[in-house]
Amino acid sequence: MPVLLAAPAAVAVLFLVLPLVGLVMRAPWADAGAVLNSEAALQALQLSVITATVSTIIVVLTGVPLAWVLALPGLWGASVLRALITIPLVLPPVVGGVALFTVLGRSGLLGRPLYQLTGFAFPFTPYAVILAQIFVALPFLVLSVEGALRAADRRYEEAASTLGARPVTVFRRITLPLIAPGIAAGAVLAWARALGEFGATITFAGNFPGTTRTMPLEIYLALETDPGSALLLSVLLLGVSVAVLVLLRQRWVSQW
Amino acid sequence: MVAELSADLGVRRGGFILELRLHIGAGEVVALLGPNGSGKSTALRALAGLLRITSGQITVAGRVVADSTSGVHRAPHERRIGVVFQDYLLFPHLSVLDNVAFGPLVSGVDRPEARRRAAEWLARVGIADLDRAKPRLVSGGQAQRVALARALATDPQLLLLDEPLAALDAKTHSLVRTELRRHLGDFAGATLLVTHDPIDAAVLADRLVVIEHGRVVQQGRPQEVARRPRTDYVARLVGLNLLAGRGVGHRVVLPTGGSVELAESAFDEVHVAFRPAAVSLFVHRPDGSPRNLWAGRIAALEPHAEGVRAEIAGAPDRQSSILAEITPSAVAELELVPGREVWAAVKASDIEVYAA
Repeated sequence: MPVLLAAPAAVAVLFLVLPLVGLVMRAPWADAGAVLNSEAALQALQLSVITATVSTIIVVLTGVPLAWVLALPGLWGASVLRALITIPLVLPPVVGGVALFTVLGRSGLLGRPLYQLTGFAFPFTPYAVILAQIFVALPFLVLSVEGALRAADRRYEEAASTLGARPVTVFRRITLPLIAPGIAAGAVLAWARALGEFGATITFAGNFPGTTRTMPLEIYLALETDPGSALLLSVLLLGVSVAVLVLLRQRWVSQW
Repeated sequence: MVAELSADLGVRRGGFILELRLHIGAGEVVALLGPNGSGKSTALRALAGLLRITSGQITVAGRVVADSTSGVHRAPHERRIGVVFQDYLLFPHLSVLDNVAFGPLVSGVDRPEARRRAAEWLARVGIADLDRAKPRLVSGGQAQRVALARALATDPQLLLLDEPLAALDAKTHSLVRTELRRHLGDFAGATLLVTHDPIDAAVLADRLVVIEHGRVVQQGRPQEVARRPRTDYVARLVGLNLLAGRGVGHRVVLPTGGSVELAESAFDEVHVAFRPAAVSLFVHRPDGSPRNLWAGRIAALEPHAEGVRAEIAGAPDRQSSILAEITPSAVAELELVPGREVWAAVKASDIEVYAA
């Protein structure tokens, strides 16, 4: 292996792994019981896991059909559509939060009529947390599933139709199982992205304990008042993420 | 005989035009034979409903499934067809049994009954023991049987086979072909077999339809086609020399200047065909000259079956060439090498002549 490539590769690995090692090493493990049992931490963790999961479900339910449309052969304007979908990937999350605010805030384009009609407004509710997470996580799933659809042999769908399967049946029984690993991978990415969402959440949903203060927000606050607690919460989040990754990988990715 | 399939279809894709008239009776097996790019796969896709026809009509079992004038285009799932694809396309996420059960299942049969029928079909094609296997674990010959069972389990009225033996190795090929012939014999509907292999076509089909460049160039029973080819492609497939010319009594005059002597008389535009093995080669002009004796030059020599196939350029005339099949010992005795001048002789009685 040429040193010219191996050396920078090693640097890259160290750069990615060292902070995680530092996190684990510097965490005040003696306080772990107290910190992790604190109401604030449990509340934040619960909110994070629930909102990230709900977001991921919505992302899968809307993102898989969107990916299917994007992968239609010869779809006019597909590249423009794909570029639009990719924007949230590169957009600073804070900007995403501001953008959501202009549309769904109490005086936003859609938010104002909604508020006038029902008295309900998204900001400062867990629903806003979910919307912010969907905004940042959806592109991950769409691109992952679209890639799976393009890599899949679409002639299986033709074979199924010659066997008498209607288009909906073909999609459910053939297309979905064929791209299941891609959907799983996309869902894991989306869930992880939603779990870690900070910028758009704090901008659009605010920072209220129990309703919009997710783990990342809790960690950020803790870092100012109690760095040790922030470290422990970070390790906890790291553990949850890794656990989900491992579980889903075993369950789905090596299906056939 | 009632035609199970009656098609008169046209497909235009870019510069390519396919025009095909096809009638296949119940229980009849027709092979659509043609070189790569001749449009045979396009024809199969059009019949299956995977491709829209641009002109004409397709009728399966008396029901119009496509009509360009009225705009009817039934989707594949509404056509009661079965398709065996070239690479079988067994669903990788389903077991062999569930692959075969798929058709009955999506047509509304409940799962236990669909699986029972699938098991029955697996038994009929001789792989009942593979029911739980995933497709990636079965061999090519087994996959072919699964694909056939899967297509037949839907009880189709038209069975379409796209190069069903092309993916098999030589040994499996003839074995599976024999079995396929038996299953096609049992099948009550119409069968269209797309292939580029003349032997598969001859073994499996009752009738051949040969297409080139999107048009039918010849059709008939395999023996007829093999004896009287009408195009260079068909002649090469069946291994005959084919020349076209104008009959003037006991002689055919070729447009390129040469002529062929016949044992019978022929008039107007005709084809003449003869076997490469009927061509004898001589290094010196032979005495007691046979009716057809042409001077030529060896353009190529290559092993063929038990013997050697020699391409003789310059016979019967400067712009033509013929094939001769000779024994390896003759090649050695006559010291035949490419470039060598030879005399090629064919007895008039070995020449088949028929109207063009």
